[in-house]
Amino acid sequence: MDTGLTLNHFLAVSGILFAIGLAGVLIRRNIIVIFMCLELMLSAANLTLVAFSRFNTGANGAPDYHGQVLLFFIITVAAAEVAVGLAIIVALFRARETTDVTQIASMKN
Amino acid sequence: MDVNTIAWLILLLPLASAAVILLGTKKSAGISALISTGSVIATLVLSFLLLAQPDTAAAKPLQWLSLGDFEVTIGLKLDSLAQGMMIIVTGIGTLVHVFSLGYMHDDAGKARFFAGLSQFMFSMTGIVLADNFAMMFIFWELVGVSSYILIGHWYDKDSAADAAKKAFLVNRIGDFGFMIGILLVWVLTGSIYFDEIAKAIGGVQNANLLNAAVLLVFCGAVGKSAQLPLHVWLPDAMEGPTPVSALIHAATMVAAGVYMLARVSFLVGAAEMAADTIAIIGGATALLAALMATQQNDIKRVLAYSTLSQLGYMIMAQGLHDGSDAGMFHLYTHAWFKALLFLGSGAVIFACHHEQDIWKMGGLRQKMPITFWTFLIGTAALIAVPGTSGFWSKEAILEAAWHDHNYLVWGLGIAVAFLTPFYMTRLFVVAFLGKPRTKDADHAHEVSPIMWVPLAILAVMAVISAYITGPLEAKGHVAFHMSLTAILSLAGLVVGVLAGWKLYAGCDRDPVNIKLFANKFYLDELYLGIVRLFQDFVGMTFDAVDRYLIEPITVRLPALAAMSSGYVLRLLQVGNLQAYGFLFGLGAVVLIWLIVF
Amino acid sequence: MTFLFYIFAALAIVGGIGVVLNRNPVSSAFAMIVSFLGLAALYIQLDAYLVGTLQILVYAGAIMVLFLFIIMLLDIKSEEGRQFGVFSTAGAVVVAGGMLLIVAKVLKNFEAGEKALTPLKGAAAETTDVSAIGELLFTTYWFPVQVIGMLLLVATVGVVVLSKRELR
Repeated sequence: MDTGLTLNHFLAVSGILFAIGLAGVLIRRNIIVIFMCLELMLSAANLTLVAFSRFNTGANGAPDYHGQVLLFFIITVAAAEVAVGLAIIVALFRARETTDVTQIASMKN
Repeated sequence: MDVNTIAWLILLLPLASAAVILLGTKKSAGISALISTGSVIATLVLSFLLLAQPDTAAAKPLQWLSLGDFEVTIGLKLDSLAQGMMIIVTGIGTLVHVFSLGYMHDDAGKARFFAGLSQFMFSMTGIVLADNFAMMFIFWELVGVSSYILIGHWYDKDSAADAAKKAFLVNRIGDFGFMIGILLVWVLTGSIYFDEIAKAIGGVQNANLLNAAVLLVFCGAVGKSAQLPLHVWLPDAMEGPTPVSALIHAATMVAAGVYMLARVSFLVGAAEMAADTIAIIGGATALLAALMATQQNDIKRVLAYSTLSQLGYMIMAQGLHDGSDAGMFHLYTHAWFKALLFLGSGAVIFACHHEQDIWKMGGLRQKMPITFWTFLIGTAALIAVPGTSGFWSKEAILEAAWHDHNYLVWGLGIAVAFLTPFYMTRLFVVAFLGKPRTKDADHAHEVSPIMWVPLAILAVMAVISAYITGPLEAKGHVAFHMSLTAILSLAGLVVGVLAGWKLYAGCDRDPVNIKLFANKFYLDELYLGIVRLFQDFVGMTFDAVDRYLIEPITVRLPALAAMSSGYVLRLLQVGNLQAYGFLFGLGAVVLIWLIVF
Repeated sequence: MTFLFYIFAALAIVGGIGVVLNRNPVSSAFAMIVSFLGLAALYIQLDAYLVGTLQILVYAGAIMVLFLFIIMLLDIKSEEGRQFGVFSTAGAVVVAGGMLLIVAKVLKNFEAGEKALTPLKGAAAETTDVSAIGELLFTTYWFPVQVIGMLLLVATVGVVVLSKRELR
C-alpha cells in the first residue's frame, strides 16, 4: 500500500519546526520561553533522526535502529540539560529578580 | 666468573654503593664509609681477575639508544690498556678510600663524601671501559659532575663552592669541543666505535678536517687533563678534601684525558698537524706549570702545579710518534707517586690542624717520621731519581721526543726536568726540615695507621711500579741508554736539588720572589678580564636588542594591537542576549549557505 | 495515513507557533505540549513506537512539567508592553527565513528523499522496535549507557548544588 508519504515530508516538518524554534529564541524575551524554544529545535532535530532511521532500511527491511538509540540518548541528555538549565534560571532569578533577558545585560561593553 | 660478569660488576658495584648510601644509609656515616670502601676493594679484586683475561676480551654490550640505523650501545672494551688502567683506578681508589676513613673521620658530610667517591669510581670506570665515543662522553660528563660534587664537598666555604663551579665550567668548555670532535669523527668515519673508527681511519681523505676533528677531541683532554689554556681549574680544585685531590686531581680523573688520547692513539697518529699541536701544548703546559710551582706556598697547590706539569709530559707523549705507550707508562707510575704525595700532604695538613702554608710548617721530620720518609720517596720518584719508577717513565718520554726529532718539545721537557727537582726540593726542605715555625707544626704528631698504611703501600709502589709493568704488558719497560737526554736529565736532577737546597735550607721566608710565577702568569686575571669584557659587550648588545628591537615589536606592538582592537570590539558587545543570538544564527545560516551551495 | 500525517504535522507546527506567539509563559508551555504530542504521533507513524512513547513520557510528561513547575515557582507574569521588539522580530525573520530557504533548497535537490514510506513486511514487521533497541542498548551501546547514567548523576548533583547556593 502506497501512503504517498516520502522522507521529504518529514524532513520538511522538521525544518519548519526548527525555524520556528529559532525565531522564538530570537524574538522572545522571557528566558524560560527561550529555553522552551531551544527544546523545540532539539525535537525538530530528533524528528530528522527518526525519519532517516525509518527510511534507511537494512537488508531485511527493518529500520536502522542505531538512529533511534541515538535519539534515546539525546532525550536522556535533554532531560539532564533541562534540569540543570532550569536550576541555573532559578539561581539567576534569585540574584536578579527577573527573567527578561533584556534586563540581564551585565556583559554590555 | 666469566668475563661478562666481572666487567659488569666492576662497572656497577660503585654505582650500587653510591645508590645504597644516598638512598639508604645516609644517616649512618660509618656504615656508608664501609659500604663504599667495600665496593672499591671488591672492584680491585675483580680488576685483578680482569687482568688475567686476554687482550681481545669484550663484554656483551647493552642496547642503549637506537635512532634509525644509528645505534649506541653501552659496551665494555677490555683490552690490556683498559685492564691496566683499571688496576690504577681501583688500586689508588682503594688506598684513597682507606685513607679517607681516617682523614674524614670527623667530617659532618662523611656519608655524602663516600657516596661521591663511589659515584666517581663508577664514572671513571665507565670512561676506562667504554668501547665507543658516546658512552665515553656520557661517563666523561659524569666524572665532571662527581668532581664538582667532591670539590664542593665543603660547600659552605665560598672558595670551595667557587672552585667547584670553576672546575665544572672550565671542563664544560673543553667538553663542548670534545662533543663536536666526536660528531666530526662520526661524520668522517661513520662510526663512534673505537674499533670501527680504527678500521675506517685510513679511508679518510680530507686531512684538514681530520686534523680539526682530532684537535676538537683533544679539547676534551685539554679540559679534563687541565692543559693550557684550560688548566686554571686544577689548582683551585685543591679546595676539596685532600683524598679527593689525591684520587681525582692527581691520579685518575686528570689522567682521563691522557687515557682517552691513548685510547684513540690511532686517530692522533693519523693527523700529523694535530699531533704536533698536542705535543707542543703538552710541553708548554709542563714548562709553565713547573715555573708556577716554584713560587707557590700552599703545599697542595705546589703539588697541583707539579701534577699539571707531569700531565703536560703525558699529553706531550701522546702527540709524539710512538710516544703513546711512554705517556701511558708515565701515567701509570705518576698515579702512584702523585697519590702518595697528595695523601702525604693530606697527612701533614691533618696533623697541622688544616694548615696548608708550607712556611707555617717545618721540622716535621721528627714529628712525623713515617710521613716524612714516604713523602721523601714520593718526591724522589717525582724528581726522577734513578731507580725510582718516575725516572724510567720520564726517560721514556724524553727519549721518545728525541727520537721523534721534535727538538722544541724535547727542549721543553728537558727544561722541566731542571725545574721539577728545584721546586720539589723547595717544598720538601721548607715543610719537613728546619725548625717548626708555628705552634700547629710544633704540636703535630704522626697520623694513625689507617692513614699511614696506605702511604706505605703507595711508597712501595712509587719505587717498584716501573718494574712490575704487568698491567701494562709491553707498554712500559725499564731501559736505560747513556744518551744526551739521559745526561741532561740527570744534570737537571743534580742542579735542581742543589739549587733548591742552597736557596731554601734554613730559610724562614721565601728568598726569591717572582710575582709573575706566584701569580700564575696572571692567566686567571686575564681570563676574568676577557670574560668580563665579553660579558659586558654581549650584555650591552642583548640589552640594546631587547630594549629597542624585541620589546617594541614583540611586547608593545601586540599590546597596542590588542588594546585598540579591544576598544573597537567593545562596541559590538551590546550585552543583549538576543543580539548575540541573532549574530550567531546569522553566522550559522551564512556558513551553511556557503558550504552547501 | 497521509491524512493523519498532515493532521499531526499541523498539530506540531501550530503548537510550535503557539509557543512563540503566546504572551503568557504558561500558555506557551501548553502549546509546547501540543507540539510534542504531534511529534510523538509522527514518530509512531514512522514505526518508532518506543521513541514516540518516550517523547510523551519524558518530554511532554517530565520536562514540560518541570517547566511549568518553575514558571509557577517564579510566579512569572505575562509580558507587558510591546511584546515583540522591531529589531528582534526583523532579525528573527531574516535568520529563520534564511534557515527555511536553506531547508527548502536542500530538500528540492534531495533525490533520496523521494523514497516512499512503505509498511514494514516479513521479519522486520515481527520484531518490535523495543526489543531491537533494547538489544542494541545492552550490547553495542552498553558503555555509553553507563556514561549517560553517570551524566544523570552528575546533573542531579549539579542541580542540587545550584539550587542550594545563593548566587550573588
